[in-house]
Amino acid sequence: MNISKDLVAASAAPLVLAILAEGDSYGYAIIKRVGELSDGHLQWTDGMLYPVLHRLERLGYVEASWATADSGRRRRYYRITDVGRSHLKTQKRQWQVVDSTLRGIWMEFSSMPDGGQIPAQWGVAPT
Amino acid sequence: MMTNDDALEAQITQWRNWLRRRQAIGNSDVEELEGHLRDLVADLRATGLAADEAFLVAVKRMGNLDAVSREFAREHSDRLWKQLVVSQGPDDGLNRSGLRESLVVLALAVAAGAAIKLPQLFGYPHIGSGDGLVDEGGVYFLNLSFFVLPLLAGYFAWKRQLDWASCSRLALAFAAAALVINVIPFVPTGDTEILAGLHLPIALWLVVGFAYAGARWRDGCGRMDFVRFSGELFIYYVLMALGGGVLTGFTTVIFAAIGADVEWFALQWMLPCGAMGAVIVGAWLVEAKQSVIENMAPVLTRLFTPLFTAALLAMLATMVWTGSGIAVEREVLIGFDLLLAVVLGLLLYSVSARDEQAPPDAFDALQLLLVVCALVVDTLALTAIAGRISEFGLTPNRVAALGENLVLLVNLTWSAWLYARFLWGRGTFTALERWQTAYLPVYAVWAAFVVVAFPPLFGFM
Repeated sequence: MNISKDLVAASAAPLVLAILAEGDSYGYAIIKRVGELSDGHLQWTDGMLYPVLHRLERLGYVEASWATADSGRRRRYYRITDVGRSHLKTQKRQWQVVDSTLRGIWMEFSSMPDGGQIPAQWGVAPT
Repeated sequence: MMTNDDALEAQITQWRNWLRRRQAIGNSDVEELEGHLRDLVADLRATGLAADEAFLVAVKRMGNLDAVSREFAREHSDRLWKQLVVSQGPDDGLNRSGLRESLVVLALAVAAGAAIKLPQLFGYPHIGSGDGLVDEGGVYFLNLSFFVLPLLAGYFAWKRQLDWASCSRLALAFAAAALVINVIPFVPTGDTEILAGLHLPIALWLVVGFAYAGARWRDGCGRMDFVRFSGELFIYYVLMALGGGVLTGFTTVIFAAIGADVEWFALQWMLPCGAMGAVIVGAWLVEAKQSVIENMAPVLTRLFTPLFTAALLAMLATMVWTGSGIAVEREVLIGFDLLLAVVLGLLLYSVSARDEQAPPDAFDALQLLLVVCALVVDTLALTAIAGRISEFGLTPNRVAALGENLVLLVNLTWSAWLYARFLWGRGTFTALERWQTAYLPVYAVWAAFVVVAFPPLFGFM
């Protein structure tokens, strides 16, 4: 299943913040964690993660520092800040509202006789 | 036969260099992305992929570099404005050598500033006192080059790590020049003295060129780099002079507001010391920025070549229209020398920036037109002057102006010929470039001739 670009872009920041709330991490590990959490459904272009991390850094939600990993290679580790945590809380509430709204309307479909087809009068073109 | 790992390293290096070329992606970002790529490759190889397969998959997962770089650019739009960052960030390995260079430059600039105050220790008056510039016996004027150019050459000798033989040759050249200029028994404020003072820096600039290009002086590229350096240094120097003027003005005004007169300080210290130190600082800036910022001289050349061509064409057209010739004033030659020098500068800096492999285009035709116009105008001027030069008498100034005109005329005539051949597909652009770089010593030799031979020829007048 391919998730649309807009949805990926919108969910990137809260997802990264939530993963960093679990513990400090670096780019490659964050990408791997996203894969695990979504069972491989959320496929990010790896390179696109870094501009997102930089934006979060600029906004003060995360802090970055270079450290040498066991492999001997230098890595940039990201840590969530207090501002980031409170921003994550707000984001979580917003997503919960979206989620529960959608959940409500999905329920209505599944109780319909045609088994959840989106009604034609919504104007969604058949794909 | 390369092993798998070597091939992989080579591929990663290539990818990294590709990434480095993106302005929006900084050095530490490249390192971060490279680390990511290596992690990916390692994991993919652990699942059984061969090194090259793993690399291909990893690069694909990293994403389209154009798109990634666009995202970086959105986040860091400031990076699209190339910055002349003199000191790098704290986590940059290059920082230490950069710091050392800044200290060397600072020391040399201070030394240049101090050097101009040195004659005062030996009882010569201030270069600037209350009522303007005082220069008894022309000490400052004749020796101006020696306050800063040896230090500038020293900076390049240090930077290029010249061997002792080269360094001693440079020192010898400066010492010989200093000796000659100070033992010639000039008649005070005579023409030959003024000519010597004006021509000495030109001759010594070639010595700076030896230091700048080092061993590369023998091939054209090294000389062309020196030409580029000279143009950029000139532009930086003018900019710094503007800044210095503003600083001096403000200092005088704000101290005047509290009732203190610091004009003497501005004239005796800020102006001369700043003017000397700025040469070193400017050279350092040009060195530091050469790969960072677009060269300014070729940009100005592009702007002004069409305008100068239009001005010359308009002048020729007016001459034909009104039938009036060039009015032969006494010093008209100097004006035409300046014209040729400007045209040569325009030619030189467009040559310095041109890709020699590119085929001829409209700008080349315009360049040729400019040179031909200048030649026509100069020939008209020379024929007008020729009849009356004996009438005016052969003063040092006129001979110098005539010689310079000849030096520039030879260069431009041959350049026009080479340019025309290039435009008609009979020659290469490289030939023109080689001609220009090969000609550089001629200016210095002529300048040295004016300094050394003119005083005895004209009785030190």
